[in-house]
Amino acid sequence: MQTISQKQKSIHIVTPNSFLAWIGKFLLILIALFALFVLAKNLIAKPSLFAQNVLDGLKLGFVYALIALGYTMVYGIVKLINFAHGDVFMVGAFVSFFAVEFLGLHVWPLAVFPNINPLLANVLGTITIILLSMVICVLLAITIERVAYKPLRDAPRIAALITAIGVSFFLEYFGLLEFVFSARFIPYKRPFEEMTWYIKDGIHQVEAGVTTPPGSITFSNIFVVIVIATVLAQLFLQYLVRRTKIGIAMRATSFDKPTARLMGINVDQVISFTFGIGAAFAALGGVLFAIAYPSIKTLMGVYPGLKAFVAAVLGGIGSIPGAFVGALIMGQAEVLTSAYVSTPMRDAIAFSILIIVLLIRPTGIFGEPEKEKA
Amino acid sequence: MDITTLLISFVKIVAVVAYFYGLFWVMGIKGKKIRLGAKEIDISLLVNTLGVLAGYLVIQLALTPFGSFAVLTNFDRGLLFQACSMVMVALGLNLIYGFNGQFSLGQYGFYGIGAYTAADITFRWINGDSRGLIVVGIGTILGGVVILFIRKFLSGLRRMPVLSSFTLYLIGSLIAGVVAVFAGKFLAPFVNPLLGNALAPGVLNQTVPMYFVFFLAVIFAGIFAAEVSFLFGLPVLSLGSDYFGIATLGFTIVVYTLMVNSDTILPFPEMKGGRGMIGIPKLTTWFWAFFFMMLVIITMRNIIRSSTGRSIMSVREDEIAARSMGINVAETKLMSFVIGSLFAGIGGGVYAHYIGFLSPGAFDFLVGFNPLIIIVFGGLGSMTGTITASFGWIFFLEGTLREILGKISTEAPSWRYVLYPLTLLLLMLVRPQGLLGSVEWGFLKSKVIPLRKAKNTDEVKTA
Repeated sequence: MQTISQKQKSIHIVTPNSFLAWIGKFLLILIALFALFVLAKNLIAKPSLFAQNVLDGLKLGFVYALIALGYTMVYGIVKLINFAHGDVFMVGAFVSFFAVEFLGLHVWPLAVFPNINPLLANVLGTITIILLSMVICVLLAITIERVAYKPLRDAPRIAALITAIGVSFFLEYFGLLEFVFSARFIPYKRPFEEMTWYIKDGIHQVEAGVTTPPGSITFSNIFVVIVIATVLAQLFLQYLVRRTKIGIAMRATSFDKPTARLMGINVDQVISFTFGIGAAFAALGGVLFAIAYPSIKTLMGVYPGLKAFVAAVLGGIGSIPGAFVGALIMGQAEVLTSAYVSTPMRDAIAFSILIIVLLIRPTGIFGEPEKEKA
Repeated sequence: MDITTLLISFVKIVAVVAYFYGLFWVMGIKGKKIRLGAKEIDISLLVNTLGVLAGYLVIQLALTPFGSFAVLTNFDRGLLFQACSMVMVALGLNLIYGFNGQFSLGQYGFYGIGAYTAADITFRWINGDSRGLIVVGIGTILGGVVILFIRKFLSGLRRMPVLSSFTLYLIGSLIAGVVAVFAGKFLAPFVNPLLGNALAPGVLNQTVPMYFVFFLAVIFAGIFAAEVSFLFGLPVLSLGSDYFGIATLGFTIVVYTLMVNSDTILPFPEMKGGRGMIGIPKLTTWFWAFFFMMLVIITMRNIIRSSTGRSIMSVREDEIAARSMGINVAETKLMSFVIGSLFAGIGGGVYAHYIGFLSPGAFDFLVGFNPLIIIVFGGLGSMTGTITASFGWIFFLEGTLREILGKISTEAPSWRYVLYPLTLLLLMLVRPQGLLGSVEWGFLKSKVIPLRKAKNTDEVKTA
């Protein structure tokens, strides 16, 4: 006994508040201080430009939030990183492109009711487009789920991941074929006209060909649409998950699948429903993304999908408010980095933020701590 | 559809796979004894060595052109080398994911680091600048020494937060890197005249063969990748399995971004950023590809079939049980991650000197899924499966599909990546546990030859 205790004494135990234990935290604090310094310097130098950047970041972040919802829900239920989700997002954008460019669905209210209020006509037209993309994406996602994931539910988890990658590759590279969409950027026609306002001593509309006064912050109706749509989607999803029967079933399935099945829940249906809901939001995100950044291509879903996934992880995967907060952080990180640090490094910095956050909170900001294995 | 082309490429795949199975079978022969006079001599080691040599010579002969005819064309040669580097990368990932259970998507990041490091060293060397070799050499060795020194220091401490030890390692290796850069600057005026350049050969250029530099470059590149993976893995491996995967995916993207901006953000104008690095000497011959591949295969097999390997596998099965058996789980994870990245770095060096051109697109995260797909196909935790799948995959994707689709029309090769995911889906649905599961073959299956013969057991057996 004595030898053991002697041996233990010879090993120096680092107490939690000694210098050595703090050196890692010093590093993190240093990084945080540096980031704050860069931000504060630019905020003081040009406050209006900074506010403009924050606004742009919000626009991007809200779109990411829509995509991140799908990732977080699917992961919460089947523990699968659904790599094909970013491509569902891409399909949503393409469906709306066809609906606007070839079918002209966005003008149907004017064609049917010639005396309709133009604002109402625009709103109705846009909603039609969005609904169409949503329906097609939901069908696509449920097909993918049935074909590629459902047969592998009892196989090792990696098998479903590989099929997810396979589906994703298929959607991307099929679109890249020359006779489908080819690798070019395709200009996207918005279903409604862009209107811009600037804020300086009140809100004024920007006239065509007139430059805005210096120090003003501009925003457009697209931004307003994105914010409204995302907030509505969030509220709807919160209501769905917390209050409705299918929401309870979803939560039960994510908590414990076999028990949920015993309680009379049709687990397969619930999983399909989850994929469908996620795809609907991805389609909404795709349409809004294409409206906000009007050029589309088949690989457009890769990086937004990845960023949204990172956002979901950052916020704590499986948590809906977490996805929202994570997406806003990602949007800000991307825009502020490209504005103040360096444009090409924005992806790298977004991922560095993810890694740092995971080091501090291993399950993300809103994530619940992992259960210890029994 | 051209039936002969299809048949030929199918035969190629089967022949290559059969070749490796034969090679491993020969290498796995044990207990072969011949009677020499009165004594019995164990010649299994001799048989194994001769088998490897014969295996090397067979392909070397097939590659050698006789007049205008060669059994393996230039196209096949390319496939072969690509497959060799893919074997190294995939085996590394199999060690990390298949044997140790750490879901990593960062393998292509380390592959890229290895490729660019090795390419930069030889590129500078042939242009009469030895600084690359000196800096990377001193840097990796010094970095390794510093890391080992800090490990020694930290092993006396308990309850040290991971982040703090990471910070110490980071500071240590940064100092080592800076010292190496200054050493390079200081030594360059002395060494460069010795070296000369392609036009005016210096002293060393005549005495030091190019291939020696190539060998050092690949080894240093591997060690460099391993050190980076050590620094990255130390804090990140403490995350859970999926979170670790995402963090490593992030690593791949960070490395990719740095490669795209290697001439603007990083101070390497010769890498030319996103336009791609050209002019890398094409030094990879079949000898080197085979040498490095066998080095990786034998090293990995010996690790897996040792007590270290058993502890690595026990961590995959159950971390808590492994911990209660006295295995240092964090150390084991880190070790397998570092060794896996070392293999990837070596593979990258071989790849860079085969292809002669590096562009960041070859290390994007989308192609970064390739080794993962290969090891899942071959069977997680099966070296035989990984090697089979690497060769099969390269020959199918780069060989068969390209040849056949190329015959149909000029535009058809873009169908490659449409057919490939469909095949992937189909195979995954049919056989989710991989082609071989965890079956091993021949040499890879057998036990390690003990270094020192335990005399007592022999006596017991004979008695």
